[in-house]
Amino acid sequence: MGLALVRELLREEHEVVVIDLNPEVLRSSLEQYDVMTVEGNAATMETLRHANVNQADLLIAATSTDEVNLLCCLTARKMNRNIHTIARVRNSDYSEQLVLMQKDLGLSLAINPEMSAAYEMFRILQLPGFLSRDVFARGRVEIVELRVDKDSPLNGITLMDLDKTVRVKVLVCAVVRGGEVAIPSGGYTLQDGDHIYVTAETSVLALLVKNLGISTQKIRQVILVGGGHIGAALASLLLRAGIGVKIIERDPEKAVLLAEKLPRAVVVADDGSSKGVLDREGLDHTDALVTLTGIDEENIVVSMYAHGSGVKKVITKVDRLEYSGMFADLGVGSVINPKELCSSSIVRYVRAMQNQKGSVLTLHRIAGGAAEALEFQVDDSVPWRGTPLKDIPLKKGVLISCITHRGKRVIPNGNHFFESGDTVIVVTTAENPFYTMNDIFE
Amino acid sequence: MNYRLIGRTTGQILLLEALFMLPALLFCLVDQDWKVAVCFLLTIAIQAGFAALVLKISHGRQRVLRAQDGFVTVAVVWMLLSAFGALPFFLSGQIPSYVDALFETVSGFTTTGASILSDVEALSRGLLYWRSFTHWLGGMGILVFTLAVVPADRGSGGTLYLLRAESPGPDVGKFTPRLRQTALILYGIYVALTAICFLFLLVGGMPFFDSLCTAFGTAGTGGFGIRNDSIAGYAPHLQTICTVFMLLFGVNFNLYYLLLLRQVGAVFQDEELRCYLLYFFGATALISWNIRPMMSSWRDSIHHAAFQVSSIMTTTGFSTADFDLWPPLSKAVLLTLMVLGACAGSTGGGIKTIRLVLLFKGLRSNIRQLLRPRNVELIHVNGQVVDERVMRGVNSYMAAYWLLLFSSIILISVDEFSVESNISAVMACFNNIGPGFDAVGPTSNFSVFSNFSKLVLSLDMLLGRLEIFPLLALFSSHSWSRRL
Repeated sequence: MGLALVRELLREEHEVVVIDLNPEVLRSSLEQYDVMTVEGNAATMETLRHANVNQADLLIAATSTDEVNLLCCLTARKMNRNIHTIARVRNSDYSEQLVLMQKDLGLSLAINPEMSAAYEMFRILQLPGFLSRDVFARGRVEIVELRVDKDSPLNGITLMDLDKTVRVKVLVCAVVRGGEVAIPSGGYTLQDGDHIYVTAETSVLALLVKNLGISTQKIRQVILVGGGHIGAALASLLLRAGIGVKIIERDPEKAVLLAEKLPRAVVVADDGSSKGVLDREGLDHTDALVTLTGIDEENIVVSMYAHGSGVKKVITKVDRLEYSGMFADLGVGSVINPKELCSSSIVRYVRAMQNQKGSVLTLHRIAGGAAEALEFQVDDSVPWRGTPLKDIPLKKGVLISCITHRGKRVIPNGNHFFESGDTVIVVTTAENPFYTMNDIFE
Repeated sequence: MNYRLIGRTTGQILLLEALFMLPALLFCLVDQDWKVAVCFLLTIAIQAGFAALVLKISHGRQRVLRAQDGFVTVAVVWMLLSAFGALPFFLSGQIPSYVDALFETVSGFTTTGASILSDVEALSRGLLYWRSFTHWLGGMGILVFTLAVVPADRGSGGTLYLLRAESPGPDVGKFTPRLRQTALILYGIYVALTAICFLFLLVGGMPFFDSLCTAFGTAGTGGFGIRNDSIAGYAPHLQTICTVFMLLFGVNFNLYYLLLLRQVGAVFQDEELRCYLLYFFGATALISWNIRPMMSSWRDSIHHAAFQVSSIMTTTGFSTADFDLWPPLSKAVLLTLMVLGACAGSTGGGIKTIRLVLLFKGLRSNIRQLLRPRNVELIHVNGQVVDERVMRGVNSYMAAYWLLLFSSIILISVDEFSVESNISAVMACFNNIGPGFDAVGPTSNFSVFSNFSKLVLSLDMLLGRLEIFPLLALFSSHSWSRRL
């Protein structure tokens, strides 16, 4: 978690001090990134003093132990009253007291990578036609990812003619072709193999799926391979939505614990990465399969097998960031990276921290981190209010893909405009981070 | 090998060197010394042209800087820096032989201060300025300077290798999150201390130009004087100012940063500083007592002893007296101080006080380990355990140090000077001090050596300044081969 975050924070031009107990980790981060390192237990005042915590603006506690993270934030807050703190708290048993004690603990934000990953997977399973879904405007607008297949009605369509094919108001805001991400113009023609990111209102998504001829069958049965934190969280979300869950967990003791916690789920204590086990446990009956073991390679192989055996929806959890881009075409379905989900929520917090006015409401990394989708609040400091979009000088690689005006959402064309009080969704491939809405203009 | 990246850094630094020659040009213009001015312009033109060419060739996509690239960059940069820096001396004809000019420039950049000139005062002011300025630039390091001024790739940690390769000391680190900030702070402290030294000298009654050059020589712990008798001709209080500032520039600059942070306690607890001051006062006391019969008063004796000790142990190499005539005990003490050198992270040379501290502690723990094999022996410095990696680095540094030192002594012995001259010449060059004993004593110079010996000694100076490994890295197949 740490190093992924370091890279993000450096990209945003922050000064970073890394604290760790392991000198080897520190040495490699020192050689890889322009950071300072401090060796020691981050929950002790001595180590925090070494790291100059009294001059820091933000502390992120992301050790593997929740209790240490909380103590660390508490200590830092006592040493520096103005510091912002973010703690990773993975154990959902703490969630109740976190809400209650956030202030006493001196916690600005608690993040739970496993929980966010579970939510993300749950959302995808609700509408299995899409590879990923990123939510904006309090859940009313989404950017969804689709793959253009050979026999898809989208294959060979020019974006100008898109409306005729899909018959709902949507906007293609980014296309990944051959590993390169582009923000397409009206003359862009879609091809087989493209991954497209589409802005649409949540209410029309179902219609979009139907018009595109993607199977609309709802998911009723899911197999989870691996029953860790994510597995447990996802299972309880699915069960609550009335979807049947079968968890295959290798460790018998863990399996028993899961069965205790989730009485309505079917828990199998067996090796989920074995072909025989998967076949026996009903791979050909299930609607979806999610691979959640701790080993990326195992997840990928199992997903590929499931995809090949005709499972309609496959979700793969991948922990290592480097490879995210590589699997897009391997037939492993949706790829979810818990670390990436979390680092974007931290980056969003940091950007908002720096800027109170016109700040980022929502931030999602799309296209494997190559593009960003940001939601901004338009206030009086933003220029070009009331000017048609086609006349506004935007930076290169920037697209305004949705405007919410007094609760009404429009997928804009060149004649639309935004006003104070609106929120807009901006998609960008720009290298430099945007902190406020004003950064998008030339 | 990452040729493009090395090319880019080299090109940038050569352009920077050309830029730094401009003030020297100013002195030429003031003196209406058109011939030297033309030589400087010519050098700047050649250098800028070369740099532009290198930059053009190395233009393109850059990869990440790796450890080997850092070492090779530093070695290549320092060699080219000296080769171009020697041009004004050579072109103007004031140092007719290019090997001599090169020796003089290497001696300048490595802050050695060993000279081949018998009549320094004959040089024109532009050249004298450039000669002293090389000390200042070489003292803190020109790559550190580029790290401070050239915006680096965002967030990449590779540039740390450059700092490590150029800065002296067994364990170079940064004390701020951004490397650029560290470099800026180091140079900020350096500029401020130099300015204070300059003002003290100026107010003390030294002429403007002399103050400037002496301040550069003192700050870089270089030791080029602009008079034939080095510092001896100036008033005693000016010499005392030099004594104090030489000592100050021999201290680890990280400690000044701690002072800025008002952590005075930590500064005076520093084991390296304590050891450094201990042998300054010890050596001064011993030598003052030893040379007392030669001096007219205790005051004189202490004054000269303190100046010489400060000058030799910080590896500056200024002199106020001909210590070649001093009794053997004093000379032996000075020879020892030559090897010890200043603190790590300062502008001085030598093997550095901290290495001595580490070696001593390592030795002690090794002996204990022999006697009580089951004891756990860790080496602590300033309350922190020293990493095994650092200790190994210090040991192999010492091995390489003695090996190269004795090879050089044998090589220059071909010239048939006395053993004392040869040993002290190599010591003085390798440890970046300047004057040695006998044939290369403070009143004579290195012009007597053959061209071959001068090249060997130039290499020694570079080896000493860059602490051996970057130059050795050039000869390792691991730096050049495409193999993994």
